[in-house]
Amino acid sequence: MLKFDIFLSALANGLMTGAVYALIALGLTLVYGVLHIINFAHGATLTAAMFAVFVAHSVFKIDPYLAIVMLTPLFFGLGYAVQRFVINPASHGNDSNILLVTLGLSIIIENALLAGFRSDTRSIDVPYGFSVIEIGNLFLSTPKVVAFFASFVVAGLLWLLLARTDTGKAIRAVAREKTGAALSGINVDHIYAVTFGLGAACLAIAACLLMPTFLVNPRIGNAFVLVAFTIVVLGGMGSIAGALVGGLIIGVVESLSGLYFGESLGQIGIFLIFILVLLFRPTGLFGAKA
Amino acid sequence: MKEQPYLPILVVVAGLALLPLGLSSNTVLNFLSFAMIITLAAQGWNILGGYGGQFSFGHAVFFGTGAYGMALLQVRFGVNPWLALPLAMGLGAVVGFAIGYLSFRARLRGSYFALVTLAFAEVFRISANAWGFTGGAAGVLVPLRLDPANMQFADKRIGFWLALGFVAAVLALTLAITRSRFGAQLVAVRENEEAARALGVDALAVKLKAITLSGAITAAAGCLYTQKFLYLDASLAYGPWISVEALLAPIIGGVGTVFGPLVGAIVLLGLGEVTKIVFANLMGGSVPGVDLVVFGILLIICVAYAPRGVLGLVQGWFRRKAPA
Repeated sequence: MLKFDIFLSALANGLMTGAVYALIALGLTLVYGVLHIINFAHGATLTAAMFAVFVAHSVFKIDPYLAIVMLTPLFFGLGYAVQRFVINPASHGNDSNILLVTLGLSIIIENALLAGFRSDTRSIDVPYGFSVIEIGNLFLSTPKVVAFFASFVVAGLLWLLLARTDTGKAIRAVAREKTGAALSGINVDHIYAVTFGLGAACLAIAACLLMPTFLVNPRIGNAFVLVAFTIVVLGGMGSIAGALVGGLIIGVVESLSGLYFGESLGQIGIFLIFILVLLFRPTGLFGAKA
Repeated sequence: MKEQPYLPILVVVAGLALLPLGLSSNTVLNFLSFAMIITLAAQGWNILGGYGGQFSFGHAVFFGTGAYGMALLQVRFGVNPWLALPLAMGLGAVVGFAIGYLSFRARLRGSYFALVTLAFAEVFRISANAWGFTGGAAGVLVPLRLDPANMQFADKRIGFWLALGFVAAVLALTLAITRSRFGAQLVAVRENEEAARALGVDALAVKLKAITLSGAITAAAGCLYTQKFLYLDASLAYGPWISVEALLAPIIGGVGTVFGPLVGAIVLLGLGEVTKIVFANLMGGSVPGVDLVVFGILLIICVAYAPRGVLGLVQGWFRRKAPA
């Protein structure tokens, strides 16, 4: 049953990668759900976070898992500031302007990283990078297992924050009806910026979870961004559960099509799903109404 | 005096055509030829995005189809480039129509349309990179045979004039569109699709016409690119750089105007060159990406402070200087 084992391990790997994809998509779907815009700078922000992990490890000798504690608030603050002081004032509340401003941001971030770090691919060396957990015939990479469970924990925390806290309530209110929210005393600009900050914070955590097994170069965000978009449209724009399920599905599709069709065509499978979902079911699997 | 709507185009094109007579340095000629290619790609984007309001983030799909069409028709089928060019443009039009048919029928607009065009460009890029017919990752090389019959010119000025000829034709076409019924319908769809529909405008047909035309024009830019550089690979032809420049030039120059893409392309590329030179001198070596950082900043500044681009600023300035 060697074939079945290979299939199982591809499946498990796909699920584990998919969980991190889901975490990346969570930030995107949250911003979409509240601001009703697509943040094109999402991929570039992830790249920036991965470089931050790289620098933290290679310059300051900080373990990527420890870096979560520092980078999450840092990226929350950056996301908050960028939305409040750049995106919001520059776009004059016009949707296609937001699209262009976030596109501009992604060009700036990506190429500033290219100018600073050049196009070399970099990775970090941690002692547990190649350690595995053995389950029967399955060998699972420990950092990937950690990433899998941590992604669910983060999704759970995010859900708690939205469901149980006052800020969460305000975020949901603004998402539903921003004029009404503003009338009841909620500072809409502040909530927009908080949401953006949360999206960036998700990326910082994802970056810390990815770096022990992944590599980074200034263009890596592009690879993730369309994957994240696919997950978000598949799961339904703005749906947290949708992002989780969508992430797992995409992770498995990528891993299995990579196994059967080869690496480069595995990517095409994702884009085709993306195009098909957009064309035939733009509300996604969980979306109620576009 | 009789109205002469096409006179400004004639003056601008004649002025550009005279430039190489005075400035014969290779650098300047290369810059001008490349600016014309970007202008063409950008004018293609402008017809769909500027006049029609459908923002594409993946115009590389048309540029690359034109470029690969031009190269492969010559290399694999031995077609003469003068025939290959219209064929490749037709290919761009077909791809435009197909993408338009799929996405406009599904009622995609705004950020959804931007996303789906981006995804199409990526699918084409990955396919071209993986497929043997397109030369795979190694790319395609068009053999060097300097001969006007082969659309390869020993005198670089002729190459520039050819590209300028295309730009002139497309400027005239754009102006003709703005003065036509189709142009009015296109703008109506951009401003308010539901209202346009209620007035009896067939919005789907109008948008399809625009994207087909847009595809053909941007494909022409790809064709000229192939003939200029005689080499292509997937990330040159279908890479995000051209999608970004085709979108930036009209937005920086003046979106939804006849001259916007031309002004934007020259400003954009000029600024890019200056930035590269300044940073190379400052850092003692070329720094990749700095020009694009400037483009990104420029895009945000334009959206924030100059929604009508450089042309809008200039017009506003003149109006303030000479109050009527």
